[in-house]
Amino acid sequence: MPGSDASAPSLPHAAKRVGRGELFLGFLKIGVIGFGGVAPWARRVIVEERAWLSEEEYASLLGVGQILPGPNTLNLAVMAGDRFQGTLGALIAVAALMTMPLAILMAVASLYERFAALPEVASAMGGTAAAAAGLVIGTALKMAQRLRPTRSAILFGLVAFVAIGVLRFPLIAVVVVLAPLSIAAAALERRA
Amino acid sequence: MKPAPLWQIAGTFASLSLVAIGGANAVVPDLQRQVVQVLGWMNDTTFASLFAIAQAAPGPNVLIVSLIGWHVAGLAGLAVATLAMILPSSVLAFGAGRVVRRLAGVRAIRAAQRGLVPITVGLILASGVVMATTADHAALSVLLTAGTALYVFVSDWNPLWALSIAAAVSLLGSWLGLPA
Repeated sequence: MPGSDASAPSLPHAAKRVGRGELFLGFLKIGVIGFGGVAPWARRVIVEERAWLSEEEYASLLGVGQILPGPNTLNLAVMAGDRFQGTLGALIAVAALMTMPLAILMAVASLYERFAALPEVASAMGGTAAAAAGLVIGTALKMAQRLRPTRSAILFGLVAFVAIGVLRFPLIAVVVVLAPLSIAAAALERRA
Repeated sequence: MKPAPLWQIAGTFASLSLVAIGGANAVVPDLQRQVVQVLGWMNDTTFASLFAIAQAAPGPNVLIVSLIGWHVAGLAGLAVATLAMILPSSVLAFGAGRVVRRLAGVRAIRAAQRGLVPITVGLILASGVVMATTADHAALSVLLTAGTALYVFVSDWNPLWALSIAAAVSLLGSWLGLPA
C-alpha cells in the first residue's frame, strides 16, 4: 500500500525492488570491504552505489539499529533484508554480511594460534593489541565530539564509563538502570 | 585445555546480546570479566590478542565473540558463540523494524537515541580504556595506544594502517630490547 501512511514520510514502503541475489551480493561486499569497521561502507554501498534506500530512509533505519542492542550494521542488515525480501531476505542479508569476515577471521586466527609461541609474533601482537585499544578510545572520542553533547549526555556518558571502565560493574545492571534514566533526562532537557 | 561446554558458551553470550547497545565494542569489559575472571577460559594476554585480531579483521566487531568461542571450543564453539550473540538482538531488530515501519515512531526513535547514544559512547570508551590497561605494560605500548587513539580521532584514514604500524614498531622495539 504505497502512500497509505503519510505520517511516515521518511519510511515509505520500499519503492525499489531488490532481488535475493542482489541482496546477498550487496551485503557480501559490505562484509568483505569493511576493514576497520563496516558502518561507513554499508552506507556507501546501500545508498550511493546501489541506491537501495534514500539517504533519509537509510538514516532512519540506522537510527533504529543504533538504539537496539547488537551491531548497528547487523541490525540494519536484518531490517533492510526483511524490507526487500521478507524473513528470508533478513536471513540472506545476515548470512552474507557474516560469511566472509568469519572466513577471514578463522584464517587469521589459525595462523596466529600456530605461530603464537614465536617471540616475534607475540611482540607484534602485543603492539597490535595496544593500538586496537587506542582505536576503540579514538572512536569513542570522535563519536563524543560529533554528538555535540548536552549536559545530561555528558553526565550519563561519564557515569556509564566509570561504572564499567573503572568500577567494573556488570554491564546488564548498568544498562538496565542507566538507559531509562538517560532517555528521561534527555527528554526533560529538551523540553526545558 | 579441555573445551568449555557449549551450553555455557551459549548462556554467556546470549545474556550479553540484548544489552550490547552500540555493538560488541560496548561489551568488551564485561566479556573480559566473564571470560577471564569468572570462567577462567583464558588469560589477559590471550584475550588481548583475540581482541586485536577481531579489531584488525573486516566485518562487524561482534567477531570477538566468534573468536572466543573458537578458542575455547573449536568450530562448534565459534558457531554457538556467534549465534548466541547475534540471534537475540537480530530477532529484536526484526520485530522492531516491522513495528517502526507501521507506526512511524520516528520521533520516539530520536528521543531514545538522544538518551542511549551517550551511554554507548561511555561504554565504548570504557572498553578502550580497559583494553589499554590489559594490553599496555610499558611506555612503548602506552605510546602506541595514545598514538592510535589520536590517529583515529583526527583522521578519517583506514585504522588498519595504525594497527600495522603499531605491530611493526613493537617488533622493532623488541629487537632493540625495549620492554613491551
